[in-house]
Amino acid sequence: MYWNKEAETIDAASLRELQTERLRKTVESLYENVPFYRKKLDSTGVKPSDIKSTADIRRLPFTTREDLRENFPDGLLAVKKEQVVRLHTSSGTTGKPKAIFFSQHDIDTASELVARCLYMTGLRKGDIFQNMMTYGLFTGALMLHYGAEKLGCLVIPAGPGNTARQISLMQDFGTTAIHITPSYALYLASVLQKQGIDPKKDLKVRKAYVGAEPYTEETRKKIETLLGLDAYNCYGLSEMNGPGVAFECEYKNGLHIWEDNFIIEILDPVTGEPVPDGSNGELVLTTLNREAMPILRYRTKDLTRVLTEQCPCGRTHRRIHSILGRADDMFIIKGVNIYPQEIERVLMSIKGVAENYQIHLESLDSITIKVEIDSNMFDGRIEHLVSLRNEITEKLKHEILVKPNVELLEPGTLPISEGKAVRVIDTRTM
Amino acid sequence: MKVKQISVFLENRKGRLQEALETIAAAKLSIRALSIADTADFGILRLILPDPDKAKKALQKNNFTVRENDVIVVEVPDKPGGLAGVLKVLNDANINVEYLYAFVEKSGKKALVVLRTEKIEPAVKALRKADIEVMPSEKVYSL
Repeated sequence: MYWNKEAETIDAASLRELQTERLRKTVESLYENVPFYRKKLDSTGVKPSDIKSTADIRRLPFTTREDLRENFPDGLLAVKKEQVVRLHTSSGTTGKPKAIFFSQHDIDTASELVARCLYMTGLRKGDIFQNMMTYGLFTGALMLHYGAEKLGCLVIPAGPGNTARQISLMQDFGTTAIHITPSYALYLASVLQKQGIDPKKDLKVRKAYVGAEPYTEETRKKIETLLGLDAYNCYGLSEMNGPGVAFECEYKNGLHIWEDNFIIEILDPVTGEPVPDGSNGELVLTTLNREAMPILRYRTKDLTRVLTEQCPCGRTHRRIHSILGRADDMFIIKGVNIYPQEIERVLMSIKGVAENYQIHLESLDSITIKVEIDSNMFDGRIEHLVSLRNEITEKLKHEILVKPNVELLEPGTLPISEGKAVRVIDTRTM
Repeated sequence: MKVKQISVFLENRKGRLQEALETIAAAKLSIRALSIADTADFGILRLILPDPDKAKKALQKNNFTVRENDVIVVEVPDKPGGLAGVLKVLNDANINVEYLYAFVEKSGKKALVVLRTEKIEPAVKALRKADIEVMPSEKVYSL
């Protein structure tokens, strides 16, 4: 039932005690070893010994992406360089990347947490795990790789792309679980369909760990139906170890975050003040068990909310809702704040719409949604195409409050995605 | 009596119609009749050709979205009121015509018109009863 029962079902009082102790240790290490944090702590007058409960976290400074960039390459390192065994970077589109260092302890901890995650979805020794994420500087693939190996699975380090080979690997080695981005999962489904392969009958893949891009419940259902498997939402970010920070259990009702390793806060993205439990806000995470590069109150820019009810799986660690959007992805049309996920949710709920779409922003007051139609909906009647377009337009208008231009495209027109999908094309000149 | 018509979904992209026609040409098929239904943003190309299955396969292979539908091809007297007379027959029989278009060629002295109705069989029956020539599919494909 549990990979680590004691840790996963820890009672609330013991968890708070453990968190407090680990938080104090983390602050001690940062105060001693990282000038950037010492300066910040000194300026607010907080000493490590002041940490007496988890509530004291509110007295600690935030860490932003910009802080990570400004301290590039190794300004936030809390141990001697010789103790570091791994470097990952998280690239940004502008400026310097963010460098994340791991000691052996950190790699072991991250693997342990991923093992818990995979185990709670039912993955076991004997499973064959095909990892279709990018290996390399990006943490995407490696941490799940380690976690699956720790469980005793056979891991196929396929990496992304080369869909024909991915399918051969699944057929030749009897893959039972995959790790994949949502856009690639949808593309994979369309290739299988084209090749006449029925994943339910012809393949053994029954679980998919889907992450690296935020996606909606509608997309999950579509992936599950098309590929004939259970899809589990998998959230992570390089700054916090990589994938496996938060994960769904067998009940698929929100993502557990391992609170013995992270402190969760949900804050108003503008004021930085906590929002009431259950309200949407920015996820802010503090590492509690990291040696090489502990991070205090990291502003993830990911929007979610805490789910407070106890999960039937018996794990006591709280859950967050699947990511509702990234604060950075938000765009403004006619003065309305819009998240791409809202658009995706609508599109994926409409029959006749295929998997691929693009959002084009050409001016401050117009938005064009290009949508591929499902070839099965085309019956040769123009009025059906017109009513599909009208349905998309109306439903989107209802959701985002702006009337979009909707263009119906032939299936296969938009660029295919074998990694992270580019959904928003912004050609506005400001 | 049913004739197979090929419908192709065309998105609003420069050269897309030409690409569809080139695909048909590469399959060495001559178009016997065609029509385009369009809105500002997309259209449907409808075709009658000698070998509809071959055309469908060739188009699908080139990533076109294709559907095969049944239509009726009737011989219409090439004189004023010819087509109106045909439509009256269907109207009297309470059969809706979704769309129609004409062949370029004639059959003897008669014009050829493609008719798409909601239900094909009753339409054929009604037309026959009124002595309107419904052209058999073999004859259409070999025009």
